[in-house]
Amino acid sequence: MGNRCAVIGVGQTHYTTRRRDVSMAGLVREAALRALEDAGLTFADIDAVVVGKAPDLFEGVMMPEAYLADALGAAGKPMMRVHTAGSVGGSTALVGASLIQGGVHDRVLVVAYEKQSESNATWALTTHLPFTSSLVVGAGGYFAPHIREYMRRSGAPDHIGTLVAVKDRLNALKNPYAHLRIPGIDRAMVESTPMLWEPIRYLETCPSSDGACAIVLSSEHAVTGTPAWVHGGAMRSEPIFRAGRDTVSPQAGIDCAADVYRQAGVTDPRRDLDVAEVYVPFSWYEPMWLENLGFCGVNEGWKLTEAGATALDGDIPWNASGGVLSSNPIGASGLIRFAEAALQVRGMAGEHQVEGARKALGHAYGGGAQFFAMWIVGAEKP
Amino acid sequence: MRPVAVAAFAQTTHTDHDTGLAEAELILPVIRAVREQSGLTEFGFTCSGSCDYLAGAPFSFVSALDALGAWPPIQESHVEMDAAFALYEAWVRLQHGDVDSALVYGFGKSSMGDLREIMTLQLDPYYLAPLGLDQLSYAGLQRSAVKGDFPAVARRSWESAQTNPYALKLPEPVETAPITDGAAAIVLVAGDLLQDRTNLAYITGIAHRIDPHYPGMRDLTRSASAAAAATAAGVGKGPVDVAELHVQFAHEEIVLAEALGLPAGTVVNPSGGPLAANPVMATGLIRIGEAASRVMDGTAARAVAHATSGPCLQHNLVAVLSRES
Repeated sequence: MGNRCAVIGVGQTHYTTRRRDVSMAGLVREAALRALEDAGLTFADIDAVVVGKAPDLFEGVMMPEAYLADALGAAGKPMMRVHTAGSVGGSTALVGASLIQGGVHDRVLVVAYEKQSESNATWALTTHLPFTSSLVVGAGGYFAPHIREYMRRSGAPDHIGTLVAVKDRLNALKNPYAHLRIPGIDRAMVESTPMLWEPIRYLETCPSSDGACAIVLSSEHAVTGTPAWVHGGAMRSEPIFRAGRDTVSPQAGIDCAADVYRQAGVTDPRRDLDVAEVYVPFSWYEPMWLENLGFCGVNEGWKLTEAGATALDGDIPWNASGGVLSSNPIGASGLIRFAEAALQVRGMAGEHQVEGARKALGHAYGGGAQFFAMWIVGAEKP
Repeated sequence: MRPVAVAAFAQTTHTDHDTGLAEAELILPVIRAVREQSGLTEFGFTCSGSCDYLAGAPFSFVSALDALGAWPPIQESHVEMDAAFALYEAWVRLQHGDVDSALVYGFGKSSMGDLREIMTLQLDPYYLAPLGLDQLSYAGLQRSAVKGDFPAVARRSWESAQTNPYALKLPEPVETAPITDGAAAIVLVAGDLLQDRTNLAYITGIAHRIDPHYPGMRDLTRSASAAAAATAAGVGKGPVDVAELHVQFAHEEIVLAEALGLPAGTVVNPSGGPLAANPVMATGLIRIGEAASRVMDGTAARAVAHATSGPCLQHNLVAVLSRES
């Protein structure tokens, strides 16, 4: 994986339904300036900028890196735009890290964002191309059948999704940047909300958020402040329409995890990792990804959730930040996972800090659960 | 940097209209061709470039994975940019040293919509897009600032294209790149895969830079970002036999030739360039492929390729290709 790379700055905006007070440029700049401040640097110290976001149709701006170059201090520098569906935030971090691991640059600013209030994501995701059938279902309608299949296979009881929805929102109450901070959140409240796509209830889904996340990546000799070292990074993709692919536990996710674990020397993720920030946009994806990522055996994921293993005080906390269920500026959601993993091993996660976290997983997925991006960061130099 | 070379290049026979092929069908033959040329069926890294707005739907790159037959799952990424920038990402990935091959492809069907108006959407949505400037309008702004013999550029490009079987069969020279559907693919190799191969075009330098977005903040008669990218790529370190430039409007060639510091004898766009075929999102990648082809067929010892993005040449990538590493 080339030269050593570290996260030396993290910046986030407060995720919310509508940021009426800023333009898209203002939004990304806010996150970028916070990341630079964290690293003790300015735009002048940055060699290259990598921007990621989900489909351009979400805001109606095509190839927005052209317009955002000025706000991100990129003029005169190399700038890249990554787009790998929902996994894009993670992929963007990996593309930024690649520039350092490949020895091309010493400091790279990585920014991902979505300003969902500019349009309607469900509409933008359900356009009707010629010669294809339009499902008009949005992401929830696409993933619900996969969740039902998981429930059938594993025999998981119906309330597991509810437990995840409550657990992540309790964590969000400890994260000042989280979008959904719901006082008094409990199972009864989740179960009282409408069924959107069976078995997914309203409070078992992610919100639509405006927000941006930025990180500053550094080569070994250019580190400032407190580094989170990249111990491994991996991407995997598989075709959406391949007959026979397992959409409940995709091979690309299994392979991606195996790759990143190998790089980081992780043999038992539940034991070797201290905390994981995993892309869970619908509650049931926690037990599904617990299995796909090898934290337990097949059909056992829901038992970890039920036993509280993934809670903030459990043996392997998942989504201490509140996760995608609590904040979802889509294009940024993957980068937030990667950034929160870095904050944990830097010991800078604030109230949702997992005590003594030394090694953390950041995870993102996208498309029809076919694009995966992961990294493992650690407090120690690899 | 670790030596990386182009080992294979293929492009579609471009068309000025929709032939009824979906994007995945457009890509499949060029992927097959570069697999055959390179003798490689699997790649350490794959990266592509495309634009959702050309198809008018999100995730135009998703169905492309079906054309690749990405199984078992592959290490893959995508840029919402011209595929020349995907090639840059792949070149960076090959610098890590753990993988030795990369597949890069780009595709676009600009016949599907009104490309000129679609390009308005890449402008600042608050201050520029509402002015209603379409692609021709802002190119016209730059054209009016630049001095040069634009018809001569158009004529030479059109004449060169007569021997390019992949270019459109245009009845007469044009100063504006035509609406085109097409795709292209390149295979990059490094490390052990460089051994035992004789037909290679080494990428001895590659770099890109972006300028401020607002045309009013730039001197449109020059391209600071193209000049900086050319310097970083080392264009001036040797002779330039051939240059393939991403010229979508004839006046851009004047600006770019100066910014890149091309010597007087350089043959510019022997393929006819984008004025003869402009499959948006693959056009820049094709410049790299064409330049590499000139090196591989021996007509050039050293060639330069250029790709651009954004209004009025805002973002420029320059690569130097050579027979020697």
